Amino acid sequence: MSFLELDRVAKQFGPQTVVDDFSLTVGKGEFVSFLGPSGCGKTTTLQMIAGFLDPSRGAIRLEGRDLTAMQPAKRGLGVVFQSYALFPHMTAAENVAFGLEMRRVPRAECRERVRAALEMVGLAGYEERYPRRMSGGQQQRVALARALVIRPSVLLLDEPLSNLDAKLREDMQIELRQIQRNLGTTTILVTHDQNEAMSLSDRIVVMNQGCIEQIGTPQETYERPASAFVSQFLGKTNDLAATIDLSATPRRLAAGSWSVPAPAGIAGPVTVSIRPERIGFGDAGIAAKIVTRIFQGNHWLFQCESECGPVIVIRQNDGQPQPAEGEAVRLAWRPEDMSLRGAGGVA
Amino acid sequence: MSAAVDTAPANIAATADTRDGRAPWALTAPALMLFVGVLVIPLAMTVMLSFHDWGQYKGIEPVFILKNWREIATDPYYAEMFWRTFRIALLTTLITAMFGAPEAYILNRMSGRWKSFFLLVILGPLLISVVARTLGWALLFGGNNGLVNKLLMSLGLIGSPLPFMFTETGMVIALAHVMMPFMVLSVWTALQRLDPQIENAALSLGAGSFTIIRRIVLPQIMPGVLSGAIIVFSLSASAFATPAIIGGRRLKVAATLAYDEFLNTLDWPLGAAVAVLLLVALVLIVVGSNALIERRYAEVFR
Repeated sequence: MSFLELDRVAKQFGPQTVVDDFSLTVGKGEFVSFLGPSGCGKTTTLQMIAGFLDPSRGAIRLEGRDLTAMQPAKRGLGVVFQSYALFPHMTAAENVAFGLEMRRVPRAECRERVRAALEMVGLAGYEERYPRRMSGGQQQRVALARALVIRPSVLLLDEPLSNLDAKLREDMQIELRQIQRNLGTTTILVTHDQNEAMSLSDRIVVMNQGCIEQIGTPQETYERPASAFVSQFLGKTNDLAATIDLSATPRRLAAGSWSVPAPAGIAGPVTVSIRPERIGFGDAGIAAKIVTRIFQGNHWLFQCESECGPVIVIRQNDGQPQPAEGEAVRLAWRPEDMSLRGAGGVA
Repeated sequence: MSAAVDTAPANIAATADTRDGRAPWALTAPALMLFVGVLVIPLAMTVMLSFHDWGQYKGIEPVFILKNWREIATDPYYAEMFWRTFRIALLTTLITAMFGAPEAYILNRMSGRWKSFFLLVILGPLLISVVARTLGWALLFGGNNGLVNKLLMSLGLIGSPLPFMFTETGMVIALAHVMMPFMVLSVWTALQRLDPQIENAALSLGAGSFTIIRRIVLPQIMPGVLSGAIIVFSLSASAFATPAIIGGRRLKVAATLAYDEFLNTLDWPLGAAVAVLLLVALVLIVVGSNALIERRYAEVFR
């Protein structure tokens, strides 16, 4: 089943371990994102797959064959770089044709495939343009066409959208996803943008300091973060200190004046992690005062000072009246919307 | 009253305009005067001088005649001199390009500390006088017992000593060494503008290292090589110290010829004519090749 397999891959630069114990299997046609802050080793991992770097330990296999023993030029992977790395002295068509020329594809077929690739990325008619005379978005499309025209077994994208402005990035995300679905190319995307990772990927690999924090679908990583790092990195979250009240029977989990029956198998001080959009204003719950209220179009953002520390709340702008700044409120949430982390990690 | 109010801002605008018009001239005046004083006037005087007459006993006569120019145009001695000058400059340029471009490429691929060390090694000779560097070559060449000849003979590459002193070969070798830093610097600058991922991009598309250099790197650093070539060519063609030491009296080039006319024959007008011709030829070659390069690479590197 596994198409691309990374088996306990590690990379060291001198004494510094940049990637450690990285194991992942990617299925054919899957879209996987490596997500993490800069310096977490995601690009290093991608470069090891591409062959620009050799892993210090571990193996990388593609359809069972060992990739690390293969020259990067022979791996047949498509790579799109953050800087696009287009050849500035070649036209768009020449850029796209380069990989085919290296494969000695007959001229007529080559011309046809270049035309089809440029058309696929919406650049029909731009064949004779030089990269310098194209916008960032167009250059990016040329880079994508150049990587895809060789029909790569795996497409590697290294922060391909980070140089584009917000609107264009959103359009490109949708387009990228469509192209990837149509072609069924196994794709690995490196990004530090959690929205990008979530909207594009089948699975997300959240990385921090060279280690995998969590592998899961976008929904899993968002709803059930495996660590404090994941919950902080993927979207906004509130971490509240809570205690288990051992004197009550059954035992109760309490944060300030809010409490629920404690789940089994957990003791001692815990952290309650709760997404801002899952908190509601009610009659019961922890007491808080609204410090600032920010209108953001489709939703309201409230910064509250609660008895358990600062809490942010996001409410849909559904036309209902919202509490004003300075108003005293009570914050509540459904027990299934929170995740608990004890001192020993995941509960 | 309203008229007075209306014209006041207009006056201010007018004075501002005139001030804006004069300010650039006033600000550039010192530099312009220096430029005119130390470059334009002496140059004009040299051009004038080339039309004056000269005789062994009468000295320089400030008349307007074409004698010097006619002599240069008709006497094959001068044609030979100029051909030699440009042949040496061209060979020097080719050699510096052939060695300098790979040198800069290798330098660029070195890591941190080694890079700065070797950059210093390459640029270091610029801190030493050209005369000292050329005299070093003269010592190495030094007739039949020179170090270079001894080395080549002990390696069995040549049977008998090669003449280096007073030959074009020796001059080209010494000039190429003197000019190398300019070529390396020029190519290095072009390499700095290369996208660091571009070779990886070519690699991922299936290109071998030779193809990458030929099809990806070389076309992009070509403007650097060519601008380096223009610098090296014009400096070599007008070089004086190196040809004077290696070539001496026996093998003259345009610059040493002009020097000899000025200081040995004391025929200043003829020397001036040689110098002016060298200048005009160089300007034409440099401007012409620059225009060609700009047209060739305009589309790609704007």
